[in-house]
Amino acid sequence: MALHNVLGMPILSASIFLPTIGAIAIWLLARNDNQVRWSALAVSIATFLLTLPLAFSFDTSTAHMQFEEMHPWIASFHVNYHLGVDGISMPFILLTSLLTIICIVSAWKCIQKRVREYMIAFLILETTLIGVFASLDAILFYFFWEAMLVPMFLIIGIWGGKNRVYATLKFFLYTFAGSVLMLVALLAMYFKAGHTFEILDFMKYPFDFTWQIWIWIGFFVAFAVKVPMWPVHTWLPDAHTEAPTAGSVILAGILLKMGAYGFLRFSLPICPDASQYFVPLMVGLSLIAIIYISLVAMMQQDMKRLIAYSSIAHMGFITLGIFMFTQQAVEGAVINMISHGFVAGALFLCVGVMYDRMHTREIAAYGGIANVMPKFALVMMLFVMANVALPGASSFIGEVMVLIGTFNADPTYLGFSPKWIAIAAAVSVVLSACYTLWMYKRVVFGTITNDAVKAMPDMSMREIGYFLPLIGLVLWMGLYPIPVLDLLHTTVSHLVAQATSSKLPAAEIIAQVQAAVSVLHHPIGM
Amino acid sequence: MVTTHATLSSVELLAIPLLPLLAALVVGLGGKVLKEQLSHWICCVGVILSALLSIHIFSQVADGASFYGNFWTWIVSGKLIIPVGMMIDQLTAVMMITVTIVAACVHVYTIGYMHGDPGYTRFFAYISAFTFAMLVLIMGNNFFTLFFGWEGVGLISYLLIGFWFKRERANVAAMKAFIVNRIGDFGFIIGMIAIWHYFGTLDYHEVFAAMPVFLAHHYALNLGSWEVSAITFICVALFIGAMGKSAQVPLHVWLPDSMEGPTPISALIHAATMVTAGIFMVARLSPLFEFSDTALAFVTITGALTAWICATIGLVQNDIKRVIAYSTCSQLGYMFVACGVSAYGAGIFHLMTHAWFKGLLFLAAGSVIHGVMADQDIRRMGQLRKYMPITYITMLIGALALSGIPPFAGFWSKDLIIEATSVRHMGWVSEFAYWALLSGVFFTAFYTFRMFFLTFHNSDRVPQKTKPHLHESPKVITIPLMILAAGAALTGWWGAKVLNLPGEGGESFFGHSIFVLPQHNPMITLEVMEQSHTTGLWLESGAVIFALTGIALAWIMYFKPSTIPAKMAKSFPALHQFLLDKWRFDELYWSIFVMPARNIGTWLWQQADLAAIDKGIIHGGIINGITVAARKLREMQTGMVYHYAYAMVIGLFGLLTWLALGN
Repeated sequence: MALHNVLGMPILSASIFLPTIGAIAIWLLARNDNQVRWSALAVSIATFLLTLPLAFSFDTSTAHMQFEEMHPWIASFHVNYHLGVDGISMPFILLTSLLTIICIVSAWKCIQKRVREYMIAFLILETTLIGVFASLDAILFYFFWEAMLVPMFLIIGIWGGKNRVYATLKFFLYTFAGSVLMLVALLAMYFKAGHTFEILDFMKYPFDFTWQIWIWIGFFVAFAVKVPMWPVHTWLPDAHTEAPTAGSVILAGILLKMGAYGFLRFSLPICPDASQYFVPLMVGLSLIAIIYISLVAMMQQDMKRLIAYSSIAHMGFITLGIFMFTQQAVEGAVINMISHGFVAGALFLCVGVMYDRMHTREIAAYGGIANVMPKFALVMMLFVMANVALPGASSFIGEVMVLIGTFNADPTYLGFSPKWIAIAAAVSVVLSACYTLWMYKRVVFGTITNDAVKAMPDMSMREIGYFLPLIGLVLWMGLYPIPVLDLLHTTVSHLVAQATSSKLPAAEIIAQVQAAVSVLHHPIGM
Repeated sequence: MVTTHATLSSVELLAIPLLPLLAALVVGLGGKVLKEQLSHWICCVGVILSALLSIHIFSQVADGASFYGNFWTWIVSGKLIIPVGMMIDQLTAVMMITVTIVAACVHVYTIGYMHGDPGYTRFFAYISAFTFAMLVLIMGNNFFTLFFGWEGVGLISYLLIGFWFKRERANVAAMKAFIVNRIGDFGFIIGMIAIWHYFGTLDYHEVFAAMPVFLAHHYALNLGSWEVSAITFICVALFIGAMGKSAQVPLHVWLPDSMEGPTPISALIHAATMVTAGIFMVARLSPLFEFSDTALAFVTITGALTAWICATIGLVQNDIKRVIAYSTCSQLGYMFVACGVSAYGAGIFHLMTHAWFKGLLFLAAGSVIHGVMADQDIRRMGQLRKYMPITYITMLIGALALSGIPPFAGFWSKDLIIEATSVRHMGWVSEFAYWALLSGVFFTAFYTFRMFFLTFHNSDRVPQKTKPHLHESPKVITIPLMILAAGAALTGWWGAKVLNLPGEGGESFFGHSIFVLPQHNPMITLEVMEQSHTTGLWLESGAVIFALTGIALAWIMYFKPSTIPAKMAKSFPALHQFLLDKWRFDELYWSIFVMPARNIGTWLWQQADLAAIDKGIIHGGIINGITVAARKLREMQTGMVYHYAYAMVIGLFGLLTWLALGN
């Protein structure tokens, strides 16, 4: 098998393990908290710089995996250490390495206890996150997928808020329980597809319809928990609320994207027929996320909980887009995944800025912040508007592309008019404005009624510093998204082709069409 | 792709929106360093240059020049290609001069009005940015650029309504404006994606050119059991967007509340420019709307209802700015009726004259408010003509123009709309619209002069403590007033001449920039009637008679102190209260939208998320199940999460072994 690697060096391995090596060095060598902070920053910046060539040397003309590396790992079980990225996974590696820098800078002052352990946890988390996006071997993928829980578990459990034990427990059990079924699915495929764990081989193997359905369900549970989709979403508001600021940023920015990424990497290409079969389910759950969760978000009293619910609603757009199997919808979904990393991340950072000063997340405790923190008010306004998906912000591009792709979707996969789905999803235009602006009004506008607010100092240079790249990226992707879209085109059209071409022999297709017709008479969610 | 064709300089065209943007960015980011004086100079110069360039472009367009071309590509995804470009024709040119000249006047006026406000530089940055967004809206060559400007002006409107962010009412009004507009945007987005679905492009030229093919297909949307023709669906959806932005019933409720913002923006954004974006959109898309009689009827009815309902509300309001705001909703209704009866040109003409006289009325009201120390209640004014002669005269011109008295601007355009409505045959729709507009003229004249007399004549009811402060406003305020007054007096006559409506010799100024089916065109009918002198006295002067009656009635009731208004209120208490409560739209929305949404949200959160899913399934079912099972196994009695995890891992290994042995 010819490996695709234009750089001729193991750049993915280097990006994956540099943070861990850095973490070990910090553990052994750093003598005080300040050294820990600076060296963690240095390591994260070095990792970011190391991941940059992925973007600059990326060949946008092929859907083939790039920067591949392949070594036998556990030969007796045919497990390989196989890495590689395509247009969908590569941007998330950059997003991870960028957000890690921001997380480290944002924790500079507010984390005072166990700084060394905190920074080590973040760097190891970075390793596992990049590992997930770079893995092309199912076991390697599963290893990183599960390994990521440990540092995240510690970050929430040690540096979290008052209710952190409950939140970590919930987070851990939900995600762990979900992943178990994924492992079963992976093992089942290993035996069925002829003793291989190669994801690319899974994509090519013609699983029959029943197999596809069961494999799909196994993945679905794991990914739905991670996205999270209704009704397995309730761990997220708790985890977000209790996590330290940087934990929330990485949780919203990267961890949630794992579920959506899983659908793109596994469900769609490996089980195309099952994916089509389950479209009504996915559409129903996505619309519930968009409408139900938005209404819940509106009533939240806690800012982090509100943004967490808002994240679930935005993830609904992403799962909707993925299961529409059109170029625009899938690309829109990926753009949304990236954009949400910036926007939700920034909103959590905004709450963090306020929390560092007031030590409360209650909306009612604030009011009139614009009087004392005008710079902050401006920055938060920008991300509030991005959350509402105003044109000019990256989120607009993603959402409008999902809507266009949905309206234009092929109705034969659905059993009912996709136009209704687009119309229902577009309600988010109104609802997102309701909950986001209402929160902003109560927190930032008005007169100061509270002496503690009066004493809040405006943002420091360090704080402005970590917002600036996010502002730049949101606007850049909003006004000139072409470079990011260029990365996606070939990969996404390849994926759409995979997802829309049946793996079944002709007889089974007929049976499946009949099944779809019965769905048509009992549409789900409409 | 339609190739670029240009007889106008693209550099000059680009400079028109970019100069205000540049000014906004410089002042917005560096206002603290630049200080007040430099900031307002930068913004004023930017916008005035932009206005001068617009006038230059207008004169070239009048000689037949035009521009069409793309500057860069915004989005590419499969067949979806969204470029950013400009399309300059007669319609755009009229809008450009209107927007930039009013914006320039408002910029200068702001120097005086906002003097000493702590947010002075921020305000200038906002209004310059607004000018930029509005210009993008009108100059763009596709639906996406239109939407970009559309949302841009909406954002700045939101920021400016809530400009005095310490006031709770201003913040609520800002939020309300944004959310109600988003309801409209919902329609706009749906219309936009439907266009892409059917046309595969969002470029104006390409969509217009593809219309014949599109119509030949007779596309229909099957939305469940409801079938609707695609063109009607598209036009109605887009028009819902226009209803939000242009404050049409039932989405008008945000505009009167927007008066919480500083007066210059009430003039610029909420009277002269932004709120007219909906009319511009319908006129721009006349090649689409012309082919859906249902959509045209919908536009006509909505416009007529708004014109009438808002005029009746205006009759009894006591806040000087709210009277004018309701008048704005009402006049926008007139413009929509014009579009609905296919007299788009007349609608745009009224848009232009309205920008002048309504901008003038707002700025004059601002001058009054400035003079009486920020009071807006006309019950505490009276006899102000003695203190503010320039404001008095200019406001009189504005009031006459709004009422439609010849030769002032409003007469020319409003009369044309009413004439067009009367000759266009749309069954009961045009009949209804005609009478709504005509009675609306009476109401308009009445409430305008009621407000005018109560402010400047009648008895002197100014509170004693305000008296010593009464004074005419400074020159930076009065000069823009005089410029706008000249416009309010003359643009009707000028417009009738230059725009050449109804169109002597068959061709109006707008030429091909507005498309009208010959069988729809009321202008042709009017032109024929004028040629043959069969228009009749009623058609030509009916509206003026209504207007004069309205003024006369206002004169009887309000010119001098009188007991008639109180008596009338007492004889119809329910009606009076109903009008004072603005037809109770807000109360209705509160009880059918706001409260249910909040209650459902709370219920879903507390009952569905927390009680059913968390406590019921997770705690009650799964966790309890595990705990009970664990209790039975002594080794696992600790209840630690690690132990559960280990149990799962062990289980997994068991499963793996079983699978491995099984094969």
